[in-house]
Amino acid sequence: MASPFLSNSTISFSSSLKSSTLPRLFPSVSFSSIRFKPTPRRILTVRSKIREIFMPALSSTMTEGKIVSWVKSEGDVLSKGESVVVVESDKADMDVETFYDGILAAIVVGEGETAPVGAAIGILAETEDEIAEAKAKAASNSGASAPSAPPPPPAPAAGSTPAPPNSTPAYAAPIASEGLRKTVATPYAKKLAKQHKVDTESVVGTGPYGRITPEDIEAAAGILPSKTNVGPVVVVEVKPAAPTKATSDSSAPSSIPPPVPGSTVVPFTTMQTAVSKNMVESISVPTFRVGYPVTTDALDALYEKVKPKGVTMTALLAKAAAMALVQHPVVNASCKDGKSFSYNSNINIAIAVAINGGLITPVLQDADKLDLYLLSQKWKELVEKARAKQLQPQEYNSGTFTLSNLGMFGVDKFDAILPPGQGAIMAVGASKPTVVADADGFFSLKNKMLLPVLLPAMIGVIDFASVLLASKMYSSVMSSTIGVNVTADHRIIYGADLAAFLQTFSKIVENPGSLTL
Amino acid sequence: MHSICSQATAVPRSNFAFDSHAPALPISKPINLRFCGLRKEAFGFSGLTHSCSSRVRFTSRGHSKRISASAENNGTPPKSFDYDLIIIGAGVGGHGAALHAVEKGLKTAIIEGDVVGGTCVNRGCVPSKALLAVSGKMRELQSEHHMKALGLQVSAAGYDRQGVADHANNLASKIRSNLTNSMKALGVDILTGFGTVVGPQKVKYGKVGFPDNIVTAKDIIIATGSVPFVPKGIEVDGKTVITSDHALKLESVPDWIAIVGSGYIGLEFSDVYTALGSEVTFIEALDQLMPGFDPEIGKLAQRVLINPRKIDYHTGVFATKITPAKDGKPVTIELIDAKTKEPKDTLEVDAALIATGRAPFTNGLGLENINVETQRGFVPVDERMQVIDANGNLVPHLYCIGDANGKMMLAHAASAQGISVVEQVTGRDHVLNHLSIPAACFTHPEISMVGLTEPQAREKAEKEGFEVSVAKTSFKANTKALAENEGEGLAKLIYRPDNGEILGVHIFGLHAADLIHEASNAIALGTRIQDIKFAVHAHPTLSEVLDELFKSAKVKATASSHVPVSEPVAV
Repeated sequence: MASPFLSNSTISFSSSLKSSTLPRLFPSVSFSSIRFKPTPRRILTVRSKIREIFMPALSSTMTEGKIVSWVKSEGDVLSKGESVVVVESDKADMDVETFYDGILAAIVVGEGETAPVGAAIGILAETEDEIAEAKAKAASNSGASAPSAPPPPPAPAAGSTPAPPNSTPAYAAPIASEGLRKTVATPYAKKLAKQHKVDTESVVGTGPYGRITPEDIEAAAGILPSKTNVGPVVVVEVKPAAPTKATSDSSAPSSIPPPVPGSTVVPFTTMQTAVSKNMVESISVPTFRVGYPVTTDALDALYEKVKPKGVTMTALLAKAAAMALVQHPVVNASCKDGKSFSYNSNINIAIAVAINGGLITPVLQDADKLDLYLLSQKWKELVEKARAKQLQPQEYNSGTFTLSNLGMFGVDKFDAILPPGQGAIMAVGASKPTVVADADGFFSLKNKMLLPVLLPAMIGVIDFASVLLASKMYSSVMSSTIGVNVTADHRIIYGADLAAFLQTFSKIVENPGSLTL
Repeated sequence: MHSICSQATAVPRSNFAFDSHAPALPISKPINLRFCGLRKEAFGFSGLTHSCSSRVRFTSRGHSKRISASAENNGTPPKSFDYDLIIIGAGVGGHGAALHAVEKGLKTAIIEGDVVGGTCVNRGCVPSKALLAVSGKMRELQSEHHMKALGLQVSAAGYDRQGVADHANNLASKIRSNLTNSMKALGVDILTGFGTVVGPQKVKYGKVGFPDNIVTAKDIIIATGSVPFVPKGIEVDGKTVITSDHALKLESVPDWIAIVGSGYIGLEFSDVYTALGSEVTFIEALDQLMPGFDPEIGKLAQRVLINPRKIDYHTGVFATKITPAKDGKPVTIELIDAKTKEPKDTLEVDAALIATGRAPFTNGLGLENINVETQRGFVPVDERMQVIDANGNLVPHLYCIGDANGKMMLAHAASAQGISVVEQVTGRDHVLNHLSIPAACFTHPEISMVGLTEPQAREKAEKEGFEVSVAKTSFKANTKALAENEGEGLAKLIYRPDNGEILGVHIFGLHAADLIHEASNAIALGTRIQDIKFAVHAHPTLSEVLDELFKSAKVKATASSHVPVSEPVAV
């Protein structure tokens, strides 16, 4: 990916994102700052006006992408800014547009296949005359490395572009003898596989010639590549045209998973891979949990009032959390290097959403500043986008605090795993009738979810029979209550911090008037 | 020894003037000049007693005629010859011989068909040291753990491939011009062209397309060196299948490179490539990696230099066919079992480096003109480097040194052999003790050795009926090594406990290549452990690793010491 930027002047990258739908998302800076190990040393030599469409980096965690669909077919005329292909990153599906006018001469990586970031996925020719040459290039790119890739379909004769006049089928690369391919893994990949007990036979190689790279093993083992494993950064690469090297760039994988008797191996989707990586990474953070019962009678009453205006309980809770975070900035902080606090200037509440086959956390940015109605509106949009896999990276990766609510499923208590890069996550259970001592010292039955730690203590204090009695006699004073359980990074957030934050949160929820201000 | 004496003379009463053999001894009365003279005698004597046995002969038995002849000729060449000495090949060996010849007053010419400096300077030790210097620094900067332990913080270390390549190339040109200038300044004639022996004491040289020149010399030294050896079936294209000649230019840093051969060259390149981000696969025909190293050192080196790095290996296999990358296909390497010869595996990599050793460069030397047959390309020589002809007779006035004779394919060995030859042709018989020539592999950390390995020593001991002992010290106990946070390392001494003779020393650790010389000098001079253990080392230095090593050796009390203990030495 980095190569086009490094070799600036003559070669410019031809892939980019649709700037209309993704406004300030991918300034070129973010591209060039991302470097992935296997790619930087390669220079694709682009002679004449044939350009390659690269697999773009759609997020900072993306190392490979899957082609969801080609919007254009081979032979189609493209104009600058048009969508060409839809790519599934680890978080969302994205339209990739072209920066150049031209003809889509060849598709190198077919639909449903994956390619590492920076690999050529298609070839763009500027004029019809160059199509044959471009196809030859595509054929040489995919010939050896992608036995499973379907041969490029012939350019449609109909349509805006006539078939190239003298298109000798230069892409007739022999792929017949590729039947028995053995697994090829690099030395370091083998070492990692042994270390993490990954069976290389079950890994799909994404490296050159379909070989299994260390990154593939790490992905299979569900770990983020550690910094020390990444090879040295090549600062400058001045290399004249090196055709032998350029061909090694083709990296469509040989996607033939070996059959495992008695079981079905379903590889992770890119999103599942990302979740897996994040979860494993979270193990390195020392976390602890603090629970707090919050009476929601007043909140419930408010919810009934604002519901017709499109306000959801999620928005109410997010707003309450955001307002509490204003008073407790440390809970909104994060620990990035193990040595310092990173205080975030914005309060961005990420909220976990289950979507088909995955999990994503759309982010309500500046949740403390937006009013409840705007916040609800925003949330609705985000959920829709998430379900359509259209979220932009900063709409899912800019959270500073996460909210996870399983209350709607009747879950009474749970604890959440702290996502990497954040200081705390709040897990909210369902409301529940609970006995509480009121201000006068009387026990009453209220709707309250109790946390596991608190429950035995309560039972120790009160006679269980009297609870049952009370529930009958004082049903009129029952209150709705939820239990919240916050998981936090103990390197920066201590027990007292969390307790104080929860106290504030509880006060806001119990006197929710301020939420609508 | 002369300098010791003159030092004492100049500062007769100073307590700081000392003799390397003296400091361990009690100091009594002020020194006098006569005493200094005595010491000189004693030193000379001891040098004789334990070196003359096999290595350095001062007697001229069997060579007296030539010695007297050359003594007459010294400085005044006979009119019948153009030169006293012609050296074919201006590598490190030829250069060493030329310099020494001039010092001895010989009229000297050197013939070079390529560039001055030969393999070592242009395509070997010199540029590889530049690459290894880079790899050492990269390694350090990339080792988060190492940096943290020192309290240093470094953000991502990077490199510019062309910059690294330029450094290696610049170093080679600089050393080359130094070499050229040193010879020119001393009045050595540099004759350009390909040298061929046309008859006894006669050489022709010339560039292709130009008429040949014929020159005569009293003595001729062949020093034509070697070229990378490429086994059959391997197609070298210089881009994806390369030899050290190409690799040193560092035109690319492949993602994955196979290195065929795990000797010095292969090992050093694995150090360079892995530091620059490549992954490496070794292909070794023998059953274990690093053949030729002391097994214990090899085992430790593998634990440090191979296992934790991005390296895997296939041992006991031959690469029968290596095809360069082309038509969108990677480099393919076909492996067969070294014993059963059955196909074993096929590797697909981005590049392959052929480091299977070096072949002598002796074709076209005209050896047939003087009835000399090469053996596998090597020029047969006796222990004095004098060329042996097809009938087993010595060829008068013709010598061969360095890689071309294959005795010990190291630059400094070639130079030492050249100096030895010059000593002989100027009237002093000299036989080089190859067991005193150190060798080093410049990985990180370095490996160095001199003399016999432990199995070799035990075999010799078995045959000759003496006892062998081994002493070891670790770098972990060395203050300087720990200060550098480089405590990984081992020094090993193989010796005779009965007389204190050093049979071999092997070092793996920080700056091992620089540390070996105390041991190699001791072997060359015949110094025994019971003597050298009293030598003082500055504290804290890495040299104390050897100090510890000598002190930990258990030499039997009956072994005689060459320091005259009964005569106290004062300074």
